[in-house]
Amino acid sequence: MDQPAFSVKLLGSWADSHTHRVQLALKLKGLEFEYQEEDFINPSPALLLHNPVYKKVPALLHGGRSIVESVVILQYIDETWTDNPIMPADPFERAVTRFWCHFTDDKLAPAVGLVFSSSGEGQKAAVDQVHENLKLLERELKDGAFKGRRFFGGDKIGLLDIVLGCGSYWLAVFEEVMEVKLIDPESFPVFHAWLRDFEEQQEVKETIPAIDRLLEYARGIRQMMLSLSNSSSSSINNAAASSG
Amino acid sequence: MKAVVLLDFWASPFGQRCRIALAEKGVEYEYREENILGAKSPLLLKSNPVYKKVPVLIHDGKPVCESLIIVQYIDEAWPDHAPLLPADPYARAQACFWADFVDMKFNECGSRLWKLKGEAQAAAKEEFIGILKLLEGELGDKKYFGGDAFGFVDVALAPFVSWFYSYETCAGFSIEEAAPKVVAWGKRCMERESVANALSHPDKIYEMVGVLKKKFGVE
Repeated sequence: MDQPAFSVKLLGSWADSHTHRVQLALKLKGLEFEYQEEDFINPSPALLLHNPVYKKVPALLHGGRSIVESVVILQYIDETWTDNPIMPADPFERAVTRFWCHFTDDKLAPAVGLVFSSSGEGQKAAVDQVHENLKLLERELKDGAFKGRRFFGGDKIGLLDIVLGCGSYWLAVFEEVMEVKLIDPESFPVFHAWLRDFEEQQEVKETIPAIDRLLEYARGIRQMMLSLSNSSSSSINNAAASSG
Repeated sequence: MKAVVLLDFWASPFGQRCRIALAEKGVEYEYREENILGAKSPLLLKSNPVYKKVPVLIHDGKPVCESLIIVQYIDEAWPDHAPLLPADPYARAQACFWADFVDMKFNECGSRLWKLKGEAQAAAKEEFIGILKLLEGELGDKKYFGGDAFGFVDVALAPFVSWFYSYETCAGFSIEEAAPKVVAWGKRCMERESVANALSHPDKIYEMVGVLKKKFGVE
């Protein structure tokens, strides 16, 4: 595989699903890169320099320039290193991929984050919302745009697998920490089977942190949230919201 | 049904993005008005079951949803004329970033200018002025956000030029004061036939904002 002419550096956070998306894409492309861990709550001067608008991870540094926003980064990686494409070639297929990436970040992830950061009636509503969203994906996998495919990308992992897969592990983590049923294999058999298959892939196993670490992390944040008074600090909300 | 159909609402800035892109590409299409304040058509509900919103582009029976995704689709399905996104991956990434910024920051904050009152509105105003200054910096002395050529970010932001008057009037400030280059850019965009034909008159948008305010119970 081609190695980059310029070095590639990723500013990320170990428990951040958007960082994992970029790490996985770089691995799938066989690219070497330098990784710099960022404190979620206290961004480094480098991060503030390279992502002045949002001040968040991930930020990809390449050839002296920075690219931010995970889905934008993934497409940049795919267009710069064109072996093993992660986006389909056909314009309509590309639009469908982009739509479900948008859905993931616009609907599913916030609902999952809300399960984690709420309690009582609010949490029940959030759980229902997650189920509604998973039903839509289940339908597309079973009968719709992705019918008959092993992965959303086809035979191989594609961009939507990366976007949806890096973050779906929180479903299992939150199920345990929050004691709610989120991704029941009987209700969502095709989605569940896809997720298991995805998580078995070598590059994915190398990217996603061990579930014990994620459980410990989630428990710690939940403890912190509960021990504060009713209003959580915005940084905790950021951590919760980004963990979806 | 024609080969290309756009389900839209006359005042929707998101629909207008699609109209601008189709016009830039010279694509013939059928425009279908949806009454988004009333009952949604069966075609809309079938074509966008997830969000049930306009705009939706239906090309040879296949629906594409979400305005920025539609514009990218238009660019890729009709690639031979008037490219909206640059070829270079880094320039493309920048264009995608700023187009998303228009949605996540500019429009999100802009809607709070007319939806909110009192202190919350004042806070939104300060935030919006900051957002305008970021856009002003990104535009710089270029003719368009895309450089010399009208491009993706220009398509994303141009429809909101009609909303400047509403933002200013509702929140009591001057956009020209905060971002004179953006205002000048807006006027340059209006000189393009594709934009002039798509955009609503600012007075009509202000009327629409009045209707929406009642709907949201803002007064």
